[in-house]
Amino acid sequence: MSDTKSIIDETIKSHDVVLYMKGTKSMPQCGFSSRVAGVLNYMEVDYQDINVLADENIRQGIKDYSDWPTIPQLYVKGEFVGGCDIITEMTMSGELDTMFDENEIKYDKDAADKIRESNA
Amino acid sequence: MAMQANEIEALIKKALPEASVKVTDLAGDGNHYAAEVIDESFRGKNRVQQQRIVYSALKGKMDGSHGELHALALTTKVPEG
Repeated sequence: MSDTKSIIDETIKSHDVVLYMKGTKSMPQCGFSSRVAGVLNYMEVDYQDINVLADENIRQGIKDYSDWPTIPQLYVKGEFVGGCDIITEMTMSGELDTMFDENEIKYDKDAADKIRESNA
Repeated sequence: MAMQANEIEALIKKALPEASVKVTDLAGDGNHYAAEVIDESFRGKNRVQQQRIVYSALKGKMDGSHGELHALALTTKVPEG
């Protein structure tokens, strides 16, 4: 188990943005994962996707790591940001943009505005 | 497998007796719910901390493939005014 924890540690520290999800960014296998991956893809964020369905240890391990019971889980600069509902709210409120700005993560601001416009 | 909306509400209320809780069955299949929880205890906490409180009230119910609740869209808020 501690092995799993160190693998997760290593992953989220070696990539600025990591999404633990069901499926992959190009082929999500759950609506919630798909929604978050869709936002990041559309905003052209460079992120590492980790398919928890490919590894049962990671699937459980990531929940223990963050003390958060659901997938997807987004990490920025090694910090847990939230699951699907939180990322959706942050996208709509513009907090996601702010967080990316503060962490010097590149993204397409126009695309983010477009998401907000079309969901307003 | 499935849970009733009032069971979800009861579990949340047990942990947060003062909270305003609204549970909606999204798909009508007893498996996909949305819950809005408004509670004073959320004040000063970020969303992750707020939602952790609600998840812990539902302890075990959301645990992966064995969980009774597959999908719960969660919104947490602090009471206004």
